[in-house]
Amino acid sequence: MSDDPRRSRAALGLLVLSCVTIMTLDAGHGTSSSPVDPLRTAVGAVLGPAEDSAGAVVRPLTSISDSFGTLSDVRSRNAALQRSNESLRTQLRAQQANAVRSAEVDTIGSFADDNGYSVVQAQVVALGPAQSFSRTVTIDAGTDEGVLPDLTVINANGLVGRVIAASRSAATVLLVIDRDSTVGGRLGSSMELGFLDGTGDISGDGRLTLSLVDHTVSPKPGDTVLTWGSRNAAPYLPGIPIGRVVSVQSSPAELTETAMVVPYVNFSALDVVGVITSRHPIGTTVASGSSR
Amino acid sequence: MTRALRIFVVAVLVVVTVTVQLSVFNHFALDGVAPDLALLLVVGAALVRGPTYAAGVGFAAGLVLDVAPPADHIAGRWALALVVVGCLTGLARPEGARSLLSTVLIVAAGAFIGTSVYALSGLVVGEPSVTVASAFHVVPLAVLYDVLLTPLVIPLLVLCFRRLEPAERW
Repeated sequence: MSDDPRRSRAALGLLVLSCVTIMTLDAGHGTSSSPVDPLRTAVGAVLGPAEDSAGAVVRPLTSISDSFGTLSDVRSRNAALQRSNESLRTQLRAQQANAVRSAEVDTIGSFADDNGYSVVQAQVVALGPAQSFSRTVTIDAGTDEGVLPDLTVINANGLVGRVIAASRSAATVLLVIDRDSTVGGRLGSSMELGFLDGTGDISGDGRLTLSLVDHTVSPKPGDTVLTWGSRNAAPYLPGIPIGRVVSVQSSPAELTETAMVVPYVNFSALDVVGVITSRHPIGTTVASGSSR
Repeated sequence: MTRALRIFVVAVLVVVTVTVQLSVFNHFALDGVAPDLALLLVVGAALVRGPTYAAGVGFAAGLVLDVAPPADHIAGRWALALVVVGCLTGLARPEGARSLLSTVLIVAAGAFIGTSVYALSGLVVGEPSVTVASAFHVVPLAVLYDVLLTPLVIPLLVLCFRRLEPAERW
């Protein structure tokens, strides 16, 4: 079927044209009403659970992979001893990982209790690669559990991001570290307001940049940054810890000083997260402001 | 194997590849760059069946990659990138016996073209997440990772697509 060059050229042209058409359709509309969205939801409903089970299969392997190398040069005499040793060590390691995870679950739960929010627990099952340039993850909770777009996502350490799309059993979370993400932030010490932008780097030295609204105030290194809160608390609730100021840069060309903020959350090792589903915490005043 | 069954098997292969890439291979990411299994699938198809067939596989795999969670970019960008990869690597495939070197070169070229077309399409449609600096960082790493994976994955994929070839071609 690919032997006829004219037909093959027509097929290629058709495919490229389809791609461009899909891009035009998707880009022409706002993010809320794209004609591609039903397809996204349908594929998400199928691939979300698939990613979940594939992730579950590989999770034990990734946590013990570093213990395999030592087994190769074991002598036959004490091979059995070594094996039992390894298996015990692996059990111990798994137990430690479980302890860390249950501690995380407890912390998220207590955060919810302390502040009167209700939280849906979810597991991160897929992470978008850097080749796609955007920093998004899939979680294994969807509309069935009450997870909807524009809800705040946290973990034990602080703000993770917000839900941008949800299918029945899976949802996509935009991490605050994404270049696309802007969060209203507030300095812990002076309550000054500012905007935090992601830099797209999820590795250990990933930073957020904070630019304050009032350019006469300069943030100090070590200062804590909390969320400012959006209108009607969507997508971001107020008062969630985001990170710590590490350095301040000022240039004569710019009006505001820019501070580099280290997020409290380690984005390359996300595991259990919580989606805050109740938007009416007791005794909290919600400041209005724009996000993103 | 009937034609419908062959198409069904390729569709399953595409979905499985994308799922594995998104939820298994991201655990082995270098600096956030995960191996591009879907791209290797398209190159595998191109090596066995040529440009038209590979472009079709590329369109399907790219479209799934575009709409599967956690993607949030404009749909059609990976589809376009993988159609171009399928077409060009299919045209460049060697006539006679394949050597490891020629396969590696084709994969490297495919990975470079694929990630570059994807990044460029992002710049053209004005996605704020794509910058030239990040592209310069990501593209070489992606090429390197795909080349490292070639000896493990490409023979398997070539075998798969050989089995899926219609009998009358033999």
